Parts: sequence; C-alpha cells; structure tokens
Amino acid sequence: MPEARVIPLDGGGPVRSRRPERCSETGEDGKRCRRSVVAEGRCDTHLAQLQAEQAAATAPEWERRLAGTLAFLRRRVTGDYPIDDFGFDADLTEHVLLSALRPIYDKYFRVETRGLENIPSTGGALVVANHSGTVPIDALMTQLAIYDHHPAKRHLRMLGADLVFRTPLIAPLARKSGSTLACNEDAERLMSSGELAGVWPEGFKGIGKPFAERYKLQRFGRGGFVSAALRSGVPIIPCSIVGAEEIYPIVGNVKVLARLLGFPYVPVTPTFPWLGPLGLIPLPSKWIIEFGEPIATDEMGRAAADDPMLVFNLTDQVREVIQQTLYKLLLSRRSVFF
Amino acid sequence: MVARPSKVVLITGVSRYLGGRLAAMLAADPGIERVIGVDVVPPRQDVGRTEFVRADIRNPIIAKVIASAQVDTVVHMSVIATPFGAGGRTAMKEINVIGTMQLLAACQKAPSLRKLVVKSTTAVYGSSSRDAALFTEGMEPKAQFRSGYGKDSIEVEGYVRGLGRRRPDVDVTLLRFANFIGPRIDTPLTRFFALPVVPSVFGFDPRIQFVHEDDGIEVLRRAVVENRRGTYNVAGDGVLLLSQAIRRAGRVAVPVPSPAVSMVGSLFRRAGLVDFSPEQVQFLEFGRGVDTTRLRTDFGYPPRYRTIEAFDDFVAGRSLTRYVDPDRLARAEQMVLNGIERRRAHA
Repeated sequence: MPEARVIPLDGGGPVRSRRPERCSETGEDGKRCRRSVVAEGRCDTHLAQLQAEQAAATAPEWERRLAGTLAFLRRRVTGDYPIDDFGFDADLTEHVLLSALRPIYDKYFRVETRGLENIPSTGGALVVANHSGTVPIDALMTQLAIYDHHPAKRHLRMLGADLVFRTPLIAPLARKSGSTLACNEDAERLMSSGELAGVWPEGFKGIGKPFAERYKLQRFGRGGFVSAALRSGVPIIPCSIVGAEEIYPIVGNVKVLARLLGFPYVPVTPTFPWLGPLGLIPLPSKWIIEFGEPIATDEMGRAAADDPMLVFNLTDQVREVIQQTLYKLLLSRRSVFF
Repeated sequence: MVARPSKVVLITGVSRYLGGRLAAMLAADPGIERVIGVDVVPPRQDVGRTEFVRADIRNPIIAKVIASAQVDTVVHMSVIATPFGAGGRTAMKEINVIGTMQLLAACQKAPSLRKLVVKSTTAVYGSSSRDAALFTEGMEPKAQFRSGYGKDSIEVEGYVRGLGRRRPDVDVTLLRFANFIGPRIDTPLTRFFALPVVPSVFGFDPRIQFVHEDDGIEVLRRAVVENRRGTYNVAGDGVLLLSQAIRRAGRVAVPVPSPAVSMVGSLFRRAGLVDFSPEQVQFLEFGRGVDTTRLRTDFGYPPRYRTIEAFDDFVAGRSLTRYVDPDRLARAEQMVLNGIERRRAHA
C-alpha cells in the first residue's frame, strides 16, 4: 500500500512566497504591523523609524543632549507638558529641579542611602522622616535619593506646611516639584491613587530646634499621618536622616523678628547673619538616609483610623523606630563631615 | 425616585450667553411644553420658541408668571460674577442675593414647582494657601470672604438649601461650575487671557480648572430633563497652571508684585478690560481645583473636554494672536537638528 501523500492545506511553499511578507514591528495599537515589507523585514514607516533610531544611536552624545534640551525648551515655551491635580510638573522636576539638586546630593553632602528596598516599587506608601536643618533641604535630599537610587525611580510626593504654599516663589516651586499641603484630604488622595507620600511630622518644631537638641525627635504632631495611612491602607516606612542637623546649627532664635515677619523662627547660626550671604552656605556634613522596614497598616482596617489609642500607639512606634535608627547611625558614623 | 419630566421651564438670566443657549436647547426638546426666559434685556441670540418675559427677578411679576404658567422647573442662572454690567458692586450684590431671595420666595409659594436647578460656582470654595488640592462637595472654604462673587454665591446657596428644607417635594440641583471657557463664551477669565500681556501675581502660579461651555450646557440640560438631586462640582478633568495656560495661549505673562496687584487691577478696571476683585487676586495666587467624582458617578456625566482641551478649544476658537507659534518653533527646532546632522554626514 503506497504511503498517503500529505497535501499541505495552505498550498505549500510556493503560495506563501506569493503573499507579501508582513512587517515584523509592532504597531502603536500593540498589534503586529499589517503592512508589507520594504526592506530589512520592515514596512516603510517602521523602516524610516529604525533608520532614525540608528542615526540617533550613532549621533554623538552632545547632539542627543542638544536634541533633548531643545525639545524640553520647546515644551516649556509652548506649555506642552502635563500637570497632575496637585500641580506636580514631572517634566520640570526631572529635567531641571532634580538635576540642580544632584551636585549638592552627590558632591556636597555625599548622601549615602540605606534600605531603599523597603520602599515598594508600586502602590501607595508613606515615608515618615525626622526633620532638621533649619531649611527643609532634608526633604529635597530624600526626594532625590528615592528618585535616583530606587529601581522604580519613584517620585516622593512631599506634604508641606501651609507656610510653604503662602510664600512667593517657594509656593509654585513646591507644587511643581510634587509637594502638596499636609492635610488629610491630600495625603489620602495621594496614597490611595498609588503615590509615594513623604511627611515630616515634627514640622517646625523639628526643623527649627536648637543645635543642642540635635537628633532628639520632637512631638509627632497629632498623628494625622498615621490615620491617613490607616485610611488608605498603605504601609508606613520610617526614614532616618543623619547629617542634616549639622548644616545650619541654630544657636539662637530672634523671636521678635520671627513674630514680626510671621515666620516660625528666625535662626542665628555661627555664620548667619554675621557673614551676610556667606552665612547661607550650609556646612558640608556627610549624610546618611536610612529607610526602615515598612509597618503594614492594611490588616488593621480603615476603622482603625478612628481609634485614637491605636493611632497614638502606632505614632509612637514609628517615632521610636526613627529615634533608635538615628542613635544607631550616629554611633556608627566616624565624624560629622566624613 | 419617580421621574417627573419637566413640562414648563423658567430660566432666569436668559439673555446671557449660557442662559440663551440652554433656552434654545430646551426649546428644541419636544418633551418640554413651554420654555419661559426671564431677563432685564431681550436675548440677542436665537432662543427658538422660548417665551421672553422682560422682568427683573426682584419684581413680583415673577411669582405671577410662575403661578399662571404652572411652571414646574426653575433654572436660576442669573447670579452674576462681575460688577461690570450691573453698575457697581452694590448693585451686583442686590441682583445676586436679593434677586435670589425674591425668586426663591416666589418658588416656595408655587405648588406647581417640582424642580429647582441653580447654577453656582466653585468660587464658593474660595482660594487660600490652606486649601486641599481638590475640593469635594462636602468641604468648607478655608479662605476668608469679604465680598464678591464667592460670597454672593455662598449666600445664594444658603437660600437654595433653605428652600430645599422647606419644600422637600422640590428636587434641588446645585451645580458648582469651575470657570467657564470655550470658543464663544465671554467671562472675566476669557477677557483676561485675551489681554495683550497677561498680568500674573509675582511668585505665584495657581492651578486653574475650566469647564467647557458645551459640557456646562449639557450638564444644565440634563439637570432639567433628568432627575439629579444634590450638589455637584462641574469641571473638566485635570488642572492647568496659570503660567502653562498663558504659554498655551501664546501670550506673555507680566508678573506684578502682590502689593501692586490691586493698583494694576483698578487700572484695568477703569480701562474696562478686566475686573480684578480681591478674591480674583487670591485666585491668581492660590488657584483652586475641585473633585468631579460625584459628577461622573452620581450625576452620570463625564465631561467631554478635559481642562486642557477646553482651554485649547478656547485658544483655537478665539484665534488669539500667538506671540509664540508652536508649529514654527517645532520647525525651527527640526531645522537646527537637521543642520547638525547634515554637517555630521558631510564630515
């Protein structure tokens, strides 16, 4: 009995060769491009795209930078960039604001980060840190630490005092760099939409405390940040910052002037105001920012936010973790400046 | 809730742009028997079969009209935002607050009334540095009001709530609109962006939110023909920064230091360009954003235009002279890059 001959249903090789070959690229809709090949297994559009990419890849570094800068400037001049509901301008933050901070972070304060793996790559979370340094540079450094060194390049959305949003020039910069007012509504809105929020609950008590009280945590507000985290069901990540206390050591406070100007304090440091503008240069301390293990809040449930005792205890727990980490880091550091 | 379709609709402020458009739209709806428009001047735009009653809402004639025509739906849209046309702040307050009181008094007495739709404003939230990023309908203003549109609107809303309490059988819909914008509407903000140079407050860059005129009209129409009891924020999704809006309009911003703003403001006012009240100066410092979740879910209308799209539609529709043309800029950018590439290819 002769063997059965296999007849290919699609007509075999010759027929397939008659059908024009399809482009191997994926279209914008995520489906395979349906147009026929011109060369190199690609249709005319995708071939041009490929050639442009190759040209760009062979272009020297400065040319690519120039192209990037020109595109950025055009976007700025024509207002063609997205702003989120809080006024966060990612385009400006990534290209200008953080770039301006980077030398200060890398070269001046030589910030060392630890425990970045404790920050989740996605989803809402609340970073709670100690506040110090007369001006809130510690917040900016924490923001840059997470953006530059966390694998997910997350933006820390900081919660600031209303003084920030009342002050000309500072107010728009704060909003554009991702800050918003420290109130429950904004904190919950940020965290429930999956953002990484940052809060410095000591506030002015922490940042404006005398040098003699350095690294002694002040009262943690009213624990509002804990109830916001509970309501949003996001983890709390304690963060300890060492080094910021020494940048502008406060030895005095001109209370009369502060009351006159409506500021929480007017600092006197060994260099300010004695050296004039020179006194504004911070001391080059060596910084360590350590992120501690996250404290989960989701299993406690939303109702836990209305239990003042639980909120107090949790606030104390976070405060205690930060304080202990601060002591540990202080013991391990060799000197203030190295 | 039993659906009670509107048959006879009375619209106040019908000679103003939005009132006229709503009247024309309702007049084109065969389900509505009569549309009665009230205003102190006759409407300029085509309002279809709308019957026009020339009266001030403070006039007792309104009560007679409501009673004799068996009006079942009142749309109150004549709360005015600027003292410009009214002839001063006192007259403006008179029209807004006393007018609303009188109108609502007439409404309360009308047994035929089933529905009250009031066009309010997000200005009732004020603007201050202590504001949350987005206001939800239940939030209270943090700003201090002395006088102006926001204050008037808060009082108007108070009277509207009062009527809602006294006449629980009336469905009250309170719509808080963000700043209207679009190719045709004329508001203080559209005049502001049409200025040759746009003043801003030095050191501040507020978030602003717009609602497109078409979305606004559609929300008002649905509030009349469907039953949507409650208070709703109405705004396009997203926000714009003032600086960004000025750039998108191709205008040039002139930052004015905060203490000088009121002086510049009165200059503009005298020139008849734009009115700058203290509350508008606050708005130019701190801006405002509202949450529109309730509009999208409970009311069931997701606005078609995002804030940015509404603004772009305004810019395109007004054909403002753009000092900075994005297309030319993009072409110039491409030319520079091409030139560099050609030189490299040469070398």
